[in-house]
Amino acid sequence: MKFSILINEGPYTHQASDSAYQFAKSVLAKGHEIFRIFFYHDGVNNATRLTTPPQDDRNIVNRWSKLAEEHKLDMVVCVAAAQRRGIVDEGEAKRNGKDATNLAPGFRISGLGQLIEAGIQADRMVTFGD
Amino acid sequence: MTIKKFMMVNRKAPYGTVYALESLEVVLIAAAFEQDVSLAFLDDGVYQLKRGHQTKGIEMKGFEKTYGALEDYDVSKLYVDQESMAARGLTADDLCVPVEVMSRAELGKLMEEQDVVLSF
Repeated sequence: MKFSILINEGPYTHQASDSAYQFAKSVLAKGHEIFRIFFYHDGVNNATRLTTPPQDDRNIVNRWSKLAEEHKLDMVVCVAAAQRRGIVDEGEAKRNGKDATNLAPGFRISGLGQLIEAGIQADRMVTFGD
Repeated sequence: MTIKKFMMVNRKAPYGTVYALESLEVVLIAAAFEQDVSLAFLDDGVYQLKRGHQTKGIEMKGFEKTYGALEDYDVSKLYVDQESMAARGLTADDLCVPVEVMSRAELGKLMEEQDVVLSF
């Protein structure tokens, strides 16, 4: 089956991103396909490479980047939600005159159309949020 | 393009969190993709449609008008949970747009018919 996943909450405050990660791993382990993982609302905060949790805690951001690399996942961060919350890649930094970037590897910034397309293309869209 | 039935489920009051505003953005994009879009309002989400948002005092951009503009995007399926309205002393007359008020059971049936349910 082809899944899309929507993550609406940031890391650490909510369990949503953890649950989504466990779900994504299970989906892949069972031989299913993930069409896209879309990060919206505070979920975009899962995509900052500047996250530095204590050493004995899980690194939620790095974990996503690693999973994306291993399975060639398409992880998309909503551009409007990212702009509001200061999640920036090189293109966005240039466009908006920012002096830094923080988008973690494996993520890309794009529009909400990617969420709708994910809903259209997948057999199941699963939301993780508040 | 494939047309699917998308339902955005709105459960939160309009300005306390950003969910209502960002849900509207998804609605507009889904409409632009010519999908079969409907909106459901339940719990505190019914407050999103309450007429007369006044946001000057909280220095936030009001978006009540967007609900009125949904029809221009061919989005006219707005469903409201009767129990949530009653619990908050609201009737359809208090709302800024025409809606269909229905029971939880009816709303549940509608959700079952959807291809994609996005809950905000």
